[in-house]
Amino acid sequence: MADWRPAAAPARPHRARLNALLREFMAARGVLEVETPVLSGGAPLDPGVESWRAQAPGGGAGYLQTSPEYPMKRLLAAGSGDIYQLARVFRGEEQGPRHNPEFSLLEWYRLDFDDRRLADEVVELVQAVAAGDPGWFRPRPEVCRVRYADLFLDAFGLDPLDCTARDCAAVAERTGLSIAGALDRDGWLDALMSLVLAPGFEPERLTLVHDYPESQAVLARPSAADPGYALRFELYWGDLELANGFHELTDPAIFVERRERDIERRRRNGQDMPDPDGLFAAAMHAGLPDCAGVALGVDRLLMRLIGAAHIDRVIDFPWGRA
Amino acid sequence: MASYSTNEFRSGLKILLDGDPQAIVENEFVKPGKGQAFNRVRVRNLRTGRVLEKTFKSGESVEAADVMDTEMQYLYTDGEFWHFMVPDTFEQYAVGKTALGDAAQWLKEQDMCTVTLWNGEPLTVTPPNFVELKIVQCDPGVRGDTAQGGTKPATLESGAVVKVPLFVEEGETVKVDTRSGEYVSRV
Repeated sequence: MADWRPAAAPARPHRARLNALLREFMAARGVLEVETPVLSGGAPLDPGVESWRAQAPGGGAGYLQTSPEYPMKRLLAAGSGDIYQLARVFRGEEQGPRHNPEFSLLEWYRLDFDDRRLADEVVELVQAVAAGDPGWFRPRPEVCRVRYADLFLDAFGLDPLDCTARDCAAVAERTGLSIAGALDRDGWLDALMSLVLAPGFEPERLTLVHDYPESQAVLARPSAADPGYALRFELYWGDLELANGFHELTDPAIFVERRERDIERRRRNGQDMPDPDGLFAAAMHAGLPDCAGVALGVDRLLMRLIGAAHIDRVIDFPWGRA
Repeated sequence: MASYSTNEFRSGLKILLDGDPQAIVENEFVKPGKGQAFNRVRVRNLRTGRVLEKTFKSGESVEAADVMDTEMQYLYTDGEFWHFMVPDTFEQYAVGKTALGDAAQWLKEQDMCTVTLWNGEPLTVTPPNFVELKIVQCDPGVRGDTAQGGTKPATLESGAVVKVPLFVEEGETVKVDTRSGEYVSRV
C-alpha cells in the first residue's frame, strides 16, 4: 500500500507563497480571477491531450478538464474582459519526474494583446515571482527568444515545414536517438524538440520559442507574415516546459477545419474520441474578442523556484498516493 | 505471446529487445504539453549485462521476455557443464560457461543458487549472497600484524581468491559476500 503521509512538506509554504504572488501579480494588472467547472460535458479533441472521463452514478458521463480554456473563452466571448484562473487540471495517465496526471495551471487571457506582448508578460511574471521570496534562488532569469523554425535550422539544418518524417528520423539518428514506434512528421518534431533541443537550453535561462508550425497550432491563429506557421509560443525554464500561449484563433471557419483535422488524427491513431464541447463551439461562432491567452504550469514553476528535480517534491499527494 | 504497453513499464520489467531479454532499469515519461508522449528507458541486457538507452513512442507494445528466476541446487561440474537441480521436481539443468559467468568461482556442491531461465534455458546464475568456503591455500599469518588490519590473499575451495585478515589460517572456513567478493568473518 502507498504511504499515507504527505510527500512535499518542505515545499508546502513555498506553494502557498507562490499562489499569493501569482494572485498579486494579476490583481495589480486588473485581471479578474474567475472560476469555471472542472467537470464538463465535452472535451478537447486535440490528439496531444487525453481527458479523464468521469462516470456519474446514474449513468451520466462527463470529462475532467485538461485546461480551463473552453469555459474561459466562453466568458471572454460574453464580454468578461481580462481574466485569470488558478485551476486544477487532469491529463491522461501522464506521470513521471515532470508529470502528475492532476496538476495546477495558471491560465490567463488579455484583450488586445498579441502573442509577443503576452509572452513578455509571462516573462515578467516569472521574473517577478522569482524575486518575490528571499529563499528562492536566481538573481533574475535572463530570457532568450528564438523562432521554432530557427531552432531546427540552426541545430540540424532542418526546415520544419519542408521535411518528411524520414528526414527527421535521419536527423534523430545522427544525434543518437532511435525511437520504437511509427511517428508522423509532427511526432518526430516533438521528439527532436523534447529529447534533443530542449535538453540543450541554458539551464538557468528562460527560453521563449515562438511561431510553431500551423500543424501544431491547436487554437493559435495562423501567422499572416509567415505562412505555414501559427502565433503560438512556449516558455521553457532551462529544459523544463513551463507555459504555452497563443494569439488566440478567432476565425470560426479555421476552428472547424482544425477540429476536423483533430478528429481525423484521433481516428488514425486509434485514440479515444470524446464528445466535443458544443457550447465552446457555439461561443467561437458567436465571436471571441481579439486576445492572447496562456497557461502556465504552477507545479513546474515551483520546482524551478525551489530547485526540486521531481514533481513529487512539490505535490503532497501525487498520483499513486492520492 | 505476452506483451507490455509502455504504460506498464516499470523498473525490473523484463522485455525482449533486439532479440535479447532485457530488464528495464529506469523508465522516464517525456511529453510536450500539446504533443507526442515518449517513454525513455534504460535497459540492461540480461545476456551480456550491457546497459543502453532506448526511446519508445508511448502506447507502443513490446514483447515480454519469458524470463524466470528459479532456486536450484548446484550438483557438480563435468568440466564442460555445471549441473543444477530444482529440489522440488528433481529437474536438472546443464549450464554452460558463458551463462555461468563469474558465479563459477563461488560454487560449492549442494549450495542453493538462483538460475535465471529464458525460454526454459539457463541465462545466468546468481550465487547466494553469502557463501561459506574453506581456504585451500594462504600464507601463514604473522603474529602482531593484526593491529594494523593487514590482509593477505587466500584461495578458496571453489577457486575464488579473496583478501582475508592476517590471523586467518589455511584450512579454516570463511564467510564471503559474493556481491562484493569481500571477506565477512571466520566460521
